[in-house]
Amino acid sequence: MRHVITALVQNEPGVLAQVAGMFAARGFNIDSLVVGRTEDPALSRMTIVVVGDDKVLEQVRKQLGKLIPVVKVRDFEVVDYVERDLMLIRIHTPPEKRPEVVELVNLFRGRVVDVARTSMLVELSGTEDKVEAFIDLVRPYGIRELARTGVIAMSRGQQRNGAAEKEDA
Amino acid sequence: MSQEQKKTTTQKFAGRKGAEILHEMLLEEQVEMMFGFIGGMVLPFFDVLYTSPIRFIMSRHEQGAAHMADGYARSTGKVGVCIATSGPGATNLVTGLANAYMDSIPLVAFTGQVKSFLIGNDAFQEADMTGITRPITKHNFLVKRVEDLGRVVREAFHIARTGRPGPVLVDVPVDVTTSAPANEPDLDLRLPGYKPRTAGHVRQIKMAAEAINAAQRPILYVGGGVVAAGASDELRAVAEKGKLPVTTTLLGLGTFDETNPLALKMLGMHGTAYANYAVQESDCLVAVGARFDDRVTGDISKFAPHAKIVHIDIDPASISKNVKVDIPVVGDAKNILAQMVEFIEPRDRSAWLAKIGEWKKKHPLTYQTNGKIRPQEVIETLGAMTEHEAIVATGVGQHQMWAAQFYGWKRPRQIITSGGLGTMGFGCPAAIGAAFGNPGRTVIDIDGDGSFTMTMVEVITAAQHKLPVKFVVLDNGYLGMVRQWQELFYGRRYSAVDHPCPDFAKVAEGFGAKGMRIAERSELSDGLREMLQADGPVVCAVEIEPEENVFPMVPAGRALHDMELGKLA
Repeated sequence: MRHVITALVQNEPGVLAQVAGMFAARGFNIDSLVVGRTEDPALSRMTIVVVGDDKVLEQVRKQLGKLIPVVKVRDFEVVDYVERDLMLIRIHTPPEKRPEVVELVNLFRGRVVDVARTSMLVELSGTEDKVEAFIDLVRPYGIRELARTGVIAMSRGQQRNGAAEKEDA
Repeated sequence: MSQEQKKTTTQKFAGRKGAEILHEMLLEEQVEMMFGFIGGMVLPFFDVLYTSPIRFIMSRHEQGAAHMADGYARSTGKVGVCIATSGPGATNLVTGLANAYMDSIPLVAFTGQVKSFLIGNDAFQEADMTGITRPITKHNFLVKRVEDLGRVVREAFHIARTGRPGPVLVDVPVDVTTSAPANEPDLDLRLPGYKPRTAGHVRQIKMAAEAINAAQRPILYVGGGVVAAGASDELRAVAEKGKLPVTTTLLGLGTFDETNPLALKMLGMHGTAYANYAVQESDCLVAVGARFDDRVTGDISKFAPHAKIVHIDIDPASISKNVKVDIPVVGDAKNILAQMVEFIEPRDRSAWLAKIGEWKKKHPLTYQTNGKIRPQEVIETLGAMTEHEAIVATGVGQHQMWAAQFYGWKRPRQIITSGGLGTMGFGCPAAIGAAFGNPGRTVIDIDGDGSFTMTMVEVITAAQHKLPVKFVVLDNGYLGMVRQWQELFYGRRYSAVDHPCPDFAKVAEGFGAKGMRIAERSELSDGLREMLQADGPVVCAVEIEPEENVFPMVPAGRALHDMELGKLA
């Protein structure tokens, strides 16, 4: 099962190493891990995509919560949420192929951010599924280079109940 | 554990050096004693310590200092404090920190660090201590600004002693101890993510009590969490009101007086047969401050197969980690048991207790008394001579299991032993730390020749302070526990377990302690009495039957009731 878990952490040196080290030491698999600043300069948000069964995911939440600099843990499995993954992708596009690729980019609501003689650089964001669907579609043209941010996530408004907070047993 | 620390400091820290601030904060934390070893990067602090009321005990190796602080903490319930210099001094603490972490022992370790602007440059005696100790401490800090030092010290002690206790490392670059804050630093804790839950949920406590009341064959399985919480009285009240038999883990020994008819002594790999049978037959297993370690459960899929499982623990991450728990109760064992006793109803458990009584009669802990001295009789004799009141430290191995089985435990904080990490060499320094923390009490290190040899250099520390620790070295000339496994599971191919020993009595004398050697059964009682009555430290080697084994034994991977009972059973 794939879960998106976010952790609000104190913005101090070593926190990333502590979280990553805990995952490695306990044998949890991370699909992606994103760290970024929040509206509060003292706090950062980590968004972690983890795959595992219920028991593993319960341990992931609890072990994260146990780390001293982790202020709050949420598992988005139990709430309605929005997730986004941002991708930059350079696609092989000889001039005759450009219109087809641009059409695909438009269908996916991406943006062409740079055009060279035989390639185009495209920016695309969305759920992991959407991003991967786009990658599959443009693969036949030839992917020169690809970078993704990994998933960030946030619950929709008015969600009070159901989120697994740090305090939960 | 839940007591709020007193904020007594009215000190003004502006303009004062970091080393003085550190010292003032230690006084605020009521530190009476520190264990450690000096070195270049802690010189400014030791200069302050020169006129301090805090007693400093120099070990001969930093690992010894960490174990001394650990033994001090386990025996007194206070936070143990140790200090080492940067680099090798600090890395020598690592085993001690890992050991304390596995057993949830409150320690604060201070390490010197190279000057803050040299960090990362591979400077002389530099080691990345926060990186190295991250997985083996409850938390650690690198203090980069003197303004943070006071607050960090306070946070370190708070984290070490509250919630599920554990070791905390504070790494302090030397220039932080020589510089001074311009303005008054803020000392308030900044730990928004640290809120250990101590009060149990009443609904869960009621559910747990109802499950116990409804059970025909309940059992309490009690671990080191009851020691940390100081919950022995509450435990006894619950057990006696509900007529609940009690088995303890290695770290839980002493939380329940073994002379109580409800006591089943230790369970697990080398637990009593009756404790293991009772667990396997129980229909309601109540774990209190214990974590279903693999040395306790045997094959986990066959552990307590008929039992509804109640788990009381302060660490939510311990719950449902190894076994699926039916009724979790998160919180401090003392609070929870005190509340729970109200809901426990006296029930007639005579059939269940009679069945356990039969197992006790049929499979008592026992041993042979022919041939050379048997280790079990040494420990039983020590138990009787000290009226089961001594503080007993151990190393790790066969002697540790025999001590657990045969000493006869009466009260918490009496056994000082390395459970989770299984650290050979723990006994000697841990006993010394316990003796420093408990003047006037008899402190014995029941050790094996293998474990003792690893850290016996600390006998020098005991001799320096004329500390009356009695080191009983059960000498079989083997690394006995490994030899036992090779005998039972590797067809007696004794690989690398032959352990030639020095003359421990002579070594002791060379170190400034009294040395003794007992080889004959006829000398045993008088010899041990002489040892106990002597002033100062004594190393007493006892030549024991070399191929004695620890039984019962649940071979690794087998179900808990599937024991080897030994020749006599």
